[in-house]
Amino acid sequence: MSGRLFDKVWDRHLVVSPEGEPPLLYIDLHLVHEVTSPQAFEGLELAGRAVRRPDLTVATMDHDVPTIGLDKPIADPLAAEQIARLRRNCAAHGITLHGLGSIEQGIVHVIGPQLGLTQPGMTVVCGDSHTSTHGAFGALAFGIGTTEVEHVLATQTLRQVKPAAIAVTVEGQLGEGLTAKDLVLGIVRALGPGGGVGSVIEYRGDAIRALSMEGRMTVCNMSIEGGARAGMIGPDDTTYGYLEGRRHSPRGKDWETALDDWHSLVTDDGAEFDHEIRIDASALRPAVTWGTTPAQSVSIDDKVPDPGSFASPAQQQAAQRALTYMGLEPGTAIRDIPVDAVFIGSCTNGRLEDLRAAAAVLRGRHVRPGVRALVVPGSARVKAEAEAEGLEQLFTQAGFEWRSAGCSMCLGMNGDILAPGQRSASTSNRNFEGRQGPGGRTHLVSPAVAAATAVAGHFTLPGDL
Amino acid sequence: MPGIARIAGRAVALDRDDVDTDQIIPAAWLKRVERTGFAAGLFGAWRDDPGFALNRPGAAGSKVLVAGDNFGCGSSREHAVWALQDFGFAAVVSPGFADIFRGNAISSGLVPAQAEAAAVARVFAALAADPDAEVVVDVAARTVAIPSAGIEEPFALPDYARWRLLEGLDDVALTLRHADAITAFEAGRPSWLPAQAPAEPAPAEPAPR
Repeated sequence: MSGRLFDKVWDRHLVVSPEGEPPLLYIDLHLVHEVTSPQAFEGLELAGRAVRRPDLTVATMDHDVPTIGLDKPIADPLAAEQIARLRRNCAAHGITLHGLGSIEQGIVHVIGPQLGLTQPGMTVVCGDSHTSTHGAFGALAFGIGTTEVEHVLATQTLRQVKPAAIAVTVEGQLGEGLTAKDLVLGIVRALGPGGGVGSVIEYRGDAIRALSMEGRMTVCNMSIEGGARAGMIGPDDTTYGYLEGRRHSPRGKDWETALDDWHSLVTDDGAEFDHEIRIDASALRPAVTWGTTPAQSVSIDDKVPDPGSFASPAQQQAAQRALTYMGLEPGTAIRDIPVDAVFIGSCTNGRLEDLRAAAAVLRGRHVRPGVRALVVPGSARVKAEAEAEGLEQLFTQAGFEWRSAGCSMCLGMNGDILAPGQRSASTSNRNFEGRQGPGGRTHLVSPAVAAATAVAGHFTLPGDL
Repeated sequence: MPGIARIAGRAVALDRDDVDTDQIIPAAWLKRVERTGFAAGLFGAWRDDPGFALNRPGAAGSKVLVAGDNFGCGSSREHAVWALQDFGFAAVVSPGFADIFRGNAISSGLVPAQAEAAAVARVFAALAADPDAEVVVDVAARTVAIPSAGIEEPFALPDYARWRLLEGLDDVALTLRHADAITAFEAGRPSWLPAQAPAEPAPAEPAPR
């Protein structure tokens, strides 16, 4: 079973495989944020241990930072305390911190690639399940818990039972107006919420090769929504083009050496996977979730499904419970569902390409009265770049709030939440019950569909406007 | 962390699949900087429903949660494990666990007992008949039993995880036995891999309260 990209990256990070214990895997990059790290630093200090490799550790603040009023003190005392802790922990342990006010601050999975920190063949971990994003570069990247954060701080390694490997092969090409978000929602629908448990996915095929790095990150980001540990895409010229010249990318002779190495990071012809799923990209339509897991989506042309249409009693019960929570009736056309709020942002769809796609829809148009619309760039640099090319004006003239970088309404930790019963079109990654605020109802969509929906007040394609 | 050999007590039956960690502990609770104090937030939104399993009078003091497949999916928040433990749960029995949740559970000493779907269905049925029945999770034997119903089912738990749970071992200490191997590995890493310039550690100061 050798010869797969995943095996190649795995094998080169094996430190030791002791008899009767899971192997120790070396970690090339450990990303840290304010919410899942305080207890890890505390545990480390209580045990009298040091951070083994502060030079391979990079911190930022994203989960509960305010994205408005940054000139004022943080109003939420608990968030302020977590942010102060992160500053103190990074200072005490010599860890580079891209904090509020820095041009490099932002969502941890946006800044890693942006800084050139995420490179092919690396192992990347973070106390956040969407660490799978970094697999877009051919890295092995996965989310970990706080005890594991402490373990990596102390040892720069993790104990890992080797996962299985699934191939998701996407043939054909996405149709006009279709995006990486529609593709990954289709993939997650095919996998189911737990279909990838215990596995790393390699995404392959013409439609994957045709994606930009931003699009590949969107796909790998949502691997976890199908239960997978990680998603990976073999590096190619698109990858190298993105990386060349970034702050932490190799330079000069090192760049040539790295390129030689990266060219070997491909799955060899004939390599076998534990399981393969094939998807026809040309058959996909823009996706909208109707339920409370990201696997519960349909085409925007469809209707809210009848729970009785699902195969198993468990799926039928889950669908019924989801429709009750979402306040939806089977048979309602997706386009007839009105929304109260639109959120554009997150580690899934908060990059410059995403903001451009949404802004293009908004040119000369206005958000429907009564709809609250929010755009939160994925990083301070994305915000600055968007402003430099005039996107801020397009958003604000259309009636969107233009915010600073952070996770914001993706998980509602910073106070940007839906009121109970409110319904959103969101470019984020999770439509779990209460994800965007207690009682809030989330529908996941692409940035272009989110923007069009903000204008129409109900689910709409840009072409329908 | 104390070792766990055997858990015996009442159980809460949560018969639904794909319970995500946002439900187990809502995000508003993640602002705490401690590992404790999460019990009141456990299943925070669902507890507003008087009929929710955790609101049954007998649920207080329960030690075992019996749940549907893919338990703990979604966010990596270990706070979900801490919240279950704060409530009093020492084991979760399910046909399947999400990967990160399973790792977090083993890390923090909550037993993730993964049993066949048919076995978990028998446990659910026995608890439906007698919600106060004693459930026994035996880590050493890798079985979940309801003696009053004559049920004893095996569950899967890898040897290493079982040993750590039984002994209550700190994984960092176990890993540091291989410190020489880690150092040797580091000597062979390509020099062009990204690294941060050394930052000056700040003088020690007390943590902010």
